[in-house]
Amino acid sequence: MIRKILACVVLVLLCASFGLVRGEDSGVIAIKGAKIIPVIGEDIQEGIILIKDGKIADIGANVGIPSGAISIDAKGLTAYPGMIDSFCYLGLQEIGAVRATVDSRETGRFNPQVKAVEAIWPDSMHIPISRSNGITTAIVVCTGGLISGQSGMIRLVGWTPEEMVIKPSVAMYIQFPSIPRFRRQTQTQPREQTSKQIEELKDILNRARYYQKRKEAAQKDTHLPLPEFDEKLEFLLPVVNRQLPVMISVYADKDIQAAIQFVKDENLKAIFFGVTEGWKVAGDLKKSGIPVVFGSLNAMPPKWEDGYDSIYRNPGILANAGVKFAFSSQSSSAAKDLPYHAAKAAAFGLDKKEALKGVTIYPAQIFGVDDMMGSLEKGKVANIVLADGDILELGTNIKYVFIDGIQTDLSNRYTELLERYKKRH
Amino acid sequence: MKRKIIGLIVCLCFAFAPGFSSAQDLLIKNGTILTITRGTISNGDVLVVDGIIKKVGKDIKAPKGIKIVDATGKYVIPGIIDSHTHIALAATNEMGNAITPEVKMRDVLNAESTSIYTALSGGVTMVHTMHGSGNPIGGENIVIKMKWGKTSEEMIVHEAYRTLKFALGENPKRANFSGAGTPRYPQSRMGVNAIIRREFKKAKNYMEQWDRYLNAKKSKKSAKNLIPPKKDLQMEQLADMMRGKMWARCHSYRADETLEFIKLSKEFGFKIAAFEHISEAFKIAKELAEEGIGISIFADSWAYKVEASEGIAYNAAFCTQQGVLVSINSDSGEKIRRLFNEAAKSMKYGGLSEEEALKLITINAAIQLGVDKIAGSLEVGKHGDIAVFSEHPLSAYTLCEMTIVEGEICFDRAQYLKERKEKEKKKKEKETKKKGGEK
Repeated sequence: MIRKILACVVLVLLCASFGLVRGEDSGVIAIKGAKIIPVIGEDIQEGIILIKDGKIADIGANVGIPSGAISIDAKGLTAYPGMIDSFCYLGLQEIGAVRATVDSRETGRFNPQVKAVEAIWPDSMHIPISRSNGITTAIVVCTGGLISGQSGMIRLVGWTPEEMVIKPSVAMYIQFPSIPRFRRQTQTQPREQTSKQIEELKDILNRARYYQKRKEAAQKDTHLPLPEFDEKLEFLLPVVNRQLPVMISVYADKDIQAAIQFVKDENLKAIFFGVTEGWKVAGDLKKSGIPVVFGSLNAMPPKWEDGYDSIYRNPGILANAGVKFAFSSQSSSAAKDLPYHAAKAAAFGLDKKEALKGVTIYPAQIFGVDDMMGSLEKGKVANIVLADGDILELGTNIKYVFIDGIQTDLSNRYTELLERYKKRH
Repeated sequence: MKRKIIGLIVCLCFAFAPGFSSAQDLLIKNGTILTITRGTISNGDVLVVDGIIKKVGKDIKAPKGIKIVDATGKYVIPGIIDSHTHIALAATNEMGNAITPEVKMRDVLNAESTSIYTALSGGVTMVHTMHGSGNPIGGENIVIKMKWGKTSEEMIVHEAYRTLKFALGENPKRANFSGAGTPRYPQSRMGVNAIIRREFKKAKNYMEQWDRYLNAKKSKKSAKNLIPPKKDLQMEQLADMMRGKMWARCHSYRADETLEFIKLSKEFGFKIAAFEHISEAFKIAKELAEEGIGISIFADSWAYKVEASEGIAYNAAFCTQQGVLVSINSDSGEKIRRLFNEAAKSMKYGGLSEEEALKLITINAAIQLGVDKIAGSLEVGKHGDIAVFSEHPLSAYTLCEMTIVEGEICFDRAQYLKERKEKEKKKKEKETKKKGGEK
């Protein structure tokens, strides 16, 4: 009996320490003594962050702590905004080789109706691992075909998909038809095929516009027939109306130029993904005003002639040209490695502060949530990471992660298995 | 003169390769020397003569005319060793049979593979390039140096152990390859174990046949028309395993299958140099430590298949702390150029020291390959295989500046940047000329 009571007490204590201490329940959380890297604004050598109602209530070197606040001694730690992964498969891919655990890809060439967030598995073991490395927000993407579906934005905590979703739809993913690499040998045919596919994309967008016109006309005039419900066109309406940006995956220089033209012709709001040869057309990209999301930098240069480091130096060159950018993990099982892509770009010419922005404020701007997150500022959502060093460094340990002002559990599949097998040794 | 001409030709052939200094003499000055086995020397020097490290220390006097590499502000480490790759090969798996110990990677070395240059760009000087994991008993692997521009024969490290590839689990049972041809035996873990046992039993029998024959030949009573047993190249290889002339390198993921293989090794008396990948090593670290068997693993690649779904990032550190000899490999022509990043992860996941983390990609790999007398640390008498980094090699912000193999600079970022600049300049000139012509 005593044992049971003890167990209960321990459990309660554990819940209190690990589990989701809500700022709103206990009033205010005060993070004290941390070095603060707000990303927007000057660094604070030793400061205080107040969390209330899930938001940053106050931040600065001299902030009064209200009585009754739960305080966290963060001396020696550095506070950063939670990182944002701009392209990943978290919750959509569990074990790569097992199809039953992969939900990131639908069959068919045009799937504007599918939403990545509707397939998110909240219990994915990859989510707590990413969270434990300071990633608080992710753009989850589905791929495949020409129009793959809708990417959404999630917070990396929650028991149900609904608790996780921040924005169910942030971009329509399009895999841009690319000119094959060995175009010199097979000059005409694949080029034709590429332009044919671009025409197909334009065609479906035009059909969406026409569909909208007919719908609007039928609404005004009840004598006109209502068009048949068309699933594909229906979900392309926000795209043609510029309410929903397209996220276009495009890699080679010529393809990037073609994609810029496509976006212009179709008058779309766009984000580019991949852009591995963007450095060759940095001026065009800058002129277009289209922001880019880099894929994993853990990749070989697409063309040997471009030099061994072309993938690594690409972000630095584009940043210098004034292109807005963000980094991504392009993974689920390696989503935790997001900061190291940014650091790699920094090793090859990108300014270190810019690298940090590429995983915080820039993705927030690109996906239209910079009023909510991406920096540590008064009024923003309290997505806060406390680390014992530079958040982009490989050896740095993450000590606390707050998402929406709630302290999250940093245990995960790694730590669970480690603890279990430590007992054997 | 002849050397210079050859050098020139090599340079021309590989427009993107940095120029070689033909001599194998070199003095690295004023860097932070991370010797790995003998501590760190700040503002230290390393002298290489005839490809061999002659001195490591401070204020080494430069021999007359020697090439000097200024490493001020930079970090100098022994060349990185990748103990499990498939680079510079014309083929990886012989899939015509489940049992292929007779095939040799030495026969399919491709000295022109750009993967050698890629490896150099990440500070790698030596690799164990291996048969794939398609077969329970694969082929014989080979250890080579990244001598970009040399012939494949010149790359071979003769001091290394002879090793034979074994594979357990999903790959040899073809679990993730449905639809690719007729199913072959084995299709299960029990089949994999049974087929390996069968082959060793056959090999034992084969050895006995030969012993009997040779004994009979020696005996005065033997018949004159004694017929020798048939030579069998597969059996010869397995016999060499049991004679202790060749080591097993066994691809395994799960703890259970690994323990079964250790039992097989005892049943037939062959040695295991290391288990490859072994996601679940942390589950049986004490057995591995007791047996003195090393592991060659990923830092944290996992969950790409079921048997890799418990491959936690703490594996390297935890096993190290339990006394297992651990190396971190790439198994990839891409990851090979960022092994130093992978090693650094063991500090975060499990708390290895910087020195322990660096050992995972240097001396530990050297021990597993049987080359620790010539490589894996910066010590007098070892080969002049050295990498120079811009920042501490375990920092995420570092990059490899220079890679030296036996005193020869095989990768030089400064030279690469210079050549790139010239190339860009020429391209621009050509474009302006073209524009001018159009006018």
